[in-house]
Amino acid sequence: MTQPNRIAWDGLQIDRRRALSFRFNGKTYQGYEGDTLASALLANGVHLVGRSFKYHRPRGILSAGVEEPNALVELGREGAHQPNLRATEIPLFDGLEARSQNCWPSLKWDLGAAVQLASPMLTAGFYYKTFMQPSWAWRHYEKVIRKAAGLGKAPTVRDEARYDKRHQYCDLLVVGAGPAGLMAATSAARRSARVILVDERRELGGMLLEESVHIAGQTAKQWVQQTLAELEALETVTVLPRTTVFGRYRHGKFGLVQHTEQGQVLHSVHARRAVMATGAIERPMVFSDNDRPGVMLAGAIRRYIRCYGVVPGRRAAIFTNNDSAYETARCLREAGAEVAAIVDLRERAPSVAGLDDVEILTQAEVVGVQGSQHVKAVEIEVGSKRRRIACDLLCVSGGWTPTIHLLAHGGKDTLAYDAAWGAFIPTCSEPVPGIHATGACNGAQSLVNILAQGIAAGEAAAEALGCEAATPVALPEVQHRGGELSPSAAPVCEVRGGRGKKFVDLQDDVTVRDLELALREGYRSIEHVKRYTTLGMGTDQGRTSNINGMRIVAERLGKRIDEVGTTTFRPPFTPVSLGALAGRESDRRLDVLRRSPIHDWHVRNGAVFMPSGLWLRPQYYRRPGHGETLTEAARKEAANVRDKVGIADVSTLGKIEVQGRDAAEFLNRLYINRCGNVGLHKARYGVMLREDGFVFDDGTVVKLADNRYLISTTTVNAGAVLSHMEFHQQMVWPELSVHIEPVTEQWAVVALAGPASREVLARLMPEEDVSNQALPFLGYREVCFQGVTTRLFRISFSGELAYEIAVPADHGLTLWEALLEAGEPFGIMPYGLEAMDYLRIEKGHLIIGTDIDGRVTPHDIGLGGMIRGDDDFIGRRSLQRPALTEEGRPRLVGFVSADGETPIPASAQLVAERWTGTPQDSLGRITSPGFSPVLDCPIALGLAEVEAEGGSLYAVSPLTGEQAEVTVTRPVFHDPKGERLRG
Amino acid sequence: MFYIHCPYCGEHREEEEFHPKGQAHIVRPKDPESCSDEEWGDYLFFRDNPRGVHHELWVHAVGCRKFFNITRHTVTYEILETYKMGEQPTITAETYAASAQPESEASQVVKQAGVRA
Amino acid sequence: MQRYSGFGLVKHALSHHENWQRQWRNPTPKKEYDVIIVGGGGHGLATAYYLAKEHGIKNVAVIEKGWLGGGNTARNTTIVRSNYLWDEAAALYEHAMKLWEGLSQDINYNVMFSQRGVLNLGHTLQDMRDIQRRVNANRLNGIDGEVLDAKGVQELVPIMDCSKNARYPVMGASWQPRAGVARHDAVAWGYARAADAHGVDLLQNTEVTGFKIRDGRVYGVHTNRGDIAAKTIGCVAAGNSGVLAKMAGFKLPLESHPLQALVSEPLKPILDTVVMSNHVHGYISQSDKGDLVIGAGIDGYNGYGQRGSFPTVEHTLQAIVEMFPIFSRVRMNRQWGGIVDTCPDACPILSKTPVKGLFFNCGWGTGGFKATPGSGHVFAASLAKGEMHPIAAPFSIDRFHSGALIDEHGAAGVAH
Repeated sequence: MTQPNRIAWDGLQIDRRRALSFRFNGKTYQGYEGDTLASALLANGVHLVGRSFKYHRPRGILSAGVEEPNALVELGREGAHQPNLRATEIPLFDGLEARSQNCWPSLKWDLGAAVQLASPMLTAGFYYKTFMQPSWAWRHYEKVIRKAAGLGKAPTVRDEARYDKRHQYCDLLVVGAGPAGLMAATSAARRSARVILVDERRELGGMLLEESVHIAGQTAKQWVQQTLAELEALETVTVLPRTTVFGRYRHGKFGLVQHTEQGQVLHSVHARRAVMATGAIERPMVFSDNDRPGVMLAGAIRRYIRCYGVVPGRRAAIFTNNDSAYETARCLREAGAEVAAIVDLRERAPSVAGLDDVEILTQAEVVGVQGSQHVKAVEIEVGSKRRRIACDLLCVSGGWTPTIHLLAHGGKDTLAYDAAWGAFIPTCSEPVPGIHATGACNGAQSLVNILAQGIAAGEAAAEALGCEAATPVALPEVQHRGGELSPSAAPVCEVRGGRGKKFVDLQDDVTVRDLELALREGYRSIEHVKRYTTLGMGTDQGRTSNINGMRIVAERLGKRIDEVGTTTFRPPFTPVSLGALAGRESDRRLDVLRRSPIHDWHVRNGAVFMPSGLWLRPQYYRRPGHGETLTEAARKEAANVRDKVGIADVSTLGKIEVQGRDAAEFLNRLYINRCGNVGLHKARYGVMLREDGFVFDDGTVVKLADNRYLISTTTVNAGAVLSHMEFHQQMVWPELSVHIEPVTEQWAVVALAGPASREVLARLMPEEDVSNQALPFLGYREVCFQGVTTRLFRISFSGELAYEIAVPADHGLTLWEALLEAGEPFGIMPYGLEAMDYLRIEKGHLIIGTDIDGRVTPHDIGLGGMIRGDDDFIGRRSLQRPALTEEGRPRLVGFVSADGETPIPASAQLVAERWTGTPQDSLGRITSPGFSPVLDCPIALGLAEVEAEGGSLYAVSPLTGEQAEVTVTRPVFHDPKGERLRG
Repeated sequence: MFYIHCPYCGEHREEEEFHPKGQAHIVRPKDPESCSDEEWGDYLFFRDNPRGVHHELWVHAVGCRKFFNITRHTVTYEILETYKMGEQPTITAETYAASAQPESEASQVVKQAGVRA
Repeated sequence: MQRYSGFGLVKHALSHHENWQRQWRNPTPKKEYDVIIVGGGGHGLATAYYLAKEHGIKNVAVIEKGWLGGGNTARNTTIVRSNYLWDEAAALYEHAMKLWEGLSQDINYNVMFSQRGVLNLGHTLQDMRDIQRRVNANRLNGIDGEVLDAKGVQELVPIMDCSKNARYPVMGASWQPRAGVARHDAVAWGYARAADAHGVDLLQNTEVTGFKIRDGRVYGVHTNRGDIAAKTIGCVAAGNSGVLAKMAGFKLPLESHPLQALVSEPLKPILDTVVMSNHVHGYISQSDKGDLVIGAGIDGYNGYGQRGSFPTVEHTLQAIVEMFPIFSRVRMNRQWGGIVDTCPDACPILSKTPVKGLFFNCGWGTGGFKATPGSGHVFAASLAKGEMHPIAAPFSIDRFHSGALIDEHGAAGVAH
């Protein structure tokens, strides 16, 4: 297979010995190691590679780099592909498979192109002016619009690629390994700075690779290699090719994404200083049908010839407003192509050696391009005369735009308009503190200046970093073959004549007419124009279109470009895959998963888990062979606790030890009920408020010893309570001597509950006296169980005679199994959260988060009576505010199903009248519905604006259609006097 | 992304180790009972929200768990200083405005884009 | 006002679109107006429009220091829904929803309000209970809503990973079919054009530098273009509200925080609903251009920097990639931070102030865009009558002293 556009050339970046085979749109081609997909396609004479976004116009390859607006392809097997990749950035590999996007049935015959017939109507913002009548029809119009939306297709299968993350720290980050960047890195590295040098391309050297130049007596390629070799020999230098610095964030932080054979690596680099050596990007010209395949940037042609040995045409025309494109003419001729004419907008052409026999037309314009799928000829206008020049390639140059995006990520104020460039450049060589701009991106034009600026930036950075002195890098001698050409451009980018569409933004199909329409309709701010026309909003972020667009807008408004201003620069510089940003921290690694020390036993014994904060807790136990539902299993477990005895793993409850001389005072100020005053070896139930007076958390406070307390928190709030305590200790009462330590993970805790629990405990610890006198309700004792310190609490959440037993976490399973063994004669069973819920609802115990939702005061839930004394505590003052004391606040009440049968629906609202579908005022809500075996009736807890017990309401769930008439009762259904838990 | 110096640990660490906790130097009234609803509401909810120098409270949550103060510019996000609890800032909105800081990123924002021809 | 229609578009195509009129004038400020609105974002423009249209008050100026719709209107993630938990908030957002439903026709500007439905995912039993509670409360208020199980969610969004293996498996969701998205810029432009047509002066690049206040009453504003008089002034200035309040001599309980967001490259449409998850602080929809629009969390610190940040986005994308594994290869195209002015109870302020004649509308947090028509409508009524509209009344500044906070934290959390 031949590559008709490939030529032999010295110093190429490709390896001709390694031919690669690849497929594009189903057809097989060949290229070489070192090619990009774009260079390989051009080598094979393929110019037509895509269709445009809005009009489905045929599009080719415009550029040779990240600025490419047109040549977007899908890479990879269909379904497992990556969409919207730029062919100019894809390194060729053997077996590569890529397809054009946004065309059907084929790239050549794209039915979507029929939209061009309607294009007179499809001006900027046309959709704002139509599709409004009749009002119901928009959803149908939208379906059609959505069919036309988007570029590539989303993949359909899970991504198997690997994404890694690295955090790095360096003295100096050098962005761009062109002449300036190489010099800056070398200068700083010689002074022992730790340097990271980054370039987005595989081959380093930047613009040097497309110029015909000798540096220090060597070819540019040799010089680059030698400079890199010197750098790479240093341990303090890291060179990262194929790595894009996509964002500059605050405080010297940069986001980098590196492409390797193994996958992508996201580097989060903290650099003490940075050098921006990001070069410049060429702008196209705006003229009639300037989007035809075969219209390419002049500098890109040089890169294709000098890096890849690819001559994209046999007979080229050149259209320019600056000198730099003349180098392309020389390059094309060296490569054996014919240069039909150079069309120069300006009055005078430069005298350029080696182009004596080329026709140069000054004050001339390209007014049309023929050949819809590939350039056949250009129409030019010189004075008033029109001419047709046959050619298969049109090289355009509208000047160069310094790549200042990363600088501007912190704000546009670092930039100023520069007339010579016709673009914005940094205001000075250190436009942001710690960030140096150097080389072309800092406005340097000749190579000598660029190299000198690079050295200066490296030196300045090293100096500022306080690096040791070293012999400065000498400015290498530069020899241009045939003289250096300036990128200074005439301040014109647009040709007024011509009949075709003049594209400003090729990717989003924004034309000059669109900009004019926006201005005509009163959109004046550049941000308005951008948003109304979508100028520069494509995946190329307007790298080739923004400046031209601003120039056209400025001209129409009669303003200067800098008065019009730029739009905001936002990261990323080039798109970054979501996978790379996510890294490996998705799926199971998204958050830690916490398991109790007894977790494995639960797994082995059929536990069904539910999450509780970061923890997994058994919801119920599905005993093998029983096939019980959740409700059946949980009712059985709960009944077993009421009738016999059960155990539950409550290790996940938060535990915090509070010690110190002022521990009691500290707790008194945090709880509404002066928990610091609890007696030695006693437990007290306590409630904490937020400073705004609403209930924050509850739990027990146990006085373990003098000046030493153990508090428990709800599972979910453990972290929040710790922070709450630390805040108050450090910020509000720093004078109190208190030490706070979270100990949740250090203990495994088992609740033992039920009428037989004392007997079980006695069997478990025969040497301990566990009688009601020796260990009364709310008592505490430290004991020894199997040789380890064990904490024994007599507290109850279920309302039964109950204990909590805490052992060091490692011994949790031993304790659990010993309890099961000791309880076996009494019919002991483990119970899960669901059963716990049944039990506590019957008892009227509340759960933070379920019954208490952040708008509830202690008075609302009947705990106002717990408040003791007149001393202050956190939240006390807030309780006195008018809205918290007013009559009619919803308060905690109990409900029973009025007919004793109808279940009370979950998450129900309470209303006065039977629900018929018409909106009603809510009188409150059911917080916890349940079933009471004791009453043999559905019961519930709820918060409601009700006056008296005995009243009747409707608990309704419009969602499910369920409703139940309910009778208001006291919020405790079982053992209201607490005889069982005290017995 | 912030790179924060913890005055207790004495080191610069990544933002992810810290949690912001709102405005610094909020003093809880010594005698809440004597506060009017107005005063108490102000203490609870009304905070400074300056465009510029702001003193704020942070906690080194996955470090030493100490609360400390940061003086930060809320537009440029420049951290001007960090200091321990009980200490007073050396940089305030007034001193900051008074001192011309030519080298700071903050002053850049104020600077208007000019023409460099 | 030149009327927009499909027919008009064809007609103008024939004249090469050269006869389209300006959508709004660029007037010089008058000496005095009946009402001044400070802030030319969506809410301010809507307020001006409804003042003129519903209350016949047409001598109105909207003063904007930058460009119209250049604040949070330009930087939000465009979600519209009304399924708020508490009655007060639900009433406000549902009022807005009803106006959204006829907005394009009312202002003759297609704001592309797309009622494609919003899913709020539940990942735990507690989430699901909260969702049921909220939907029941909504239904009682006449707001549409369903609860879907994991299978129902999967049917609606086939590309979502609803398997049980995920760290936060999808257990179900609330589903509000009438909710959706709208084209954010178009809302500002449409209101601007309609208000201008009623005679409202839209004064761009005009900055309020102070208020004229005498004896506790406002008489006008000082601006960089001179003094402008008005006895009724409504401030709708989002993140700048605190600065304005300070000028008027009082404080607001507002803090400004950056909210991180990003968009992907455009893809052929594959996600036709809005998916939100409070649990993992992320939400996602796909625009009519094909971009995936992803909202992340709020940065916890105060800030006015509209610059994208990193850790928040990383965390959100971890969750998005978990829920939508196929989006792993899709690429982020742009990230930014919007500045949201938040109240302690995650509800806005629509209120009179200690200064007579001066009204504030602010503190919308992450819920501003979706309320635009409703906020403008009730605020206009309040300005016209001098008394807060009943829907606006619970959102008074007084609540921060009386304790009558509304607290949508639990229900709304971060994701909007």
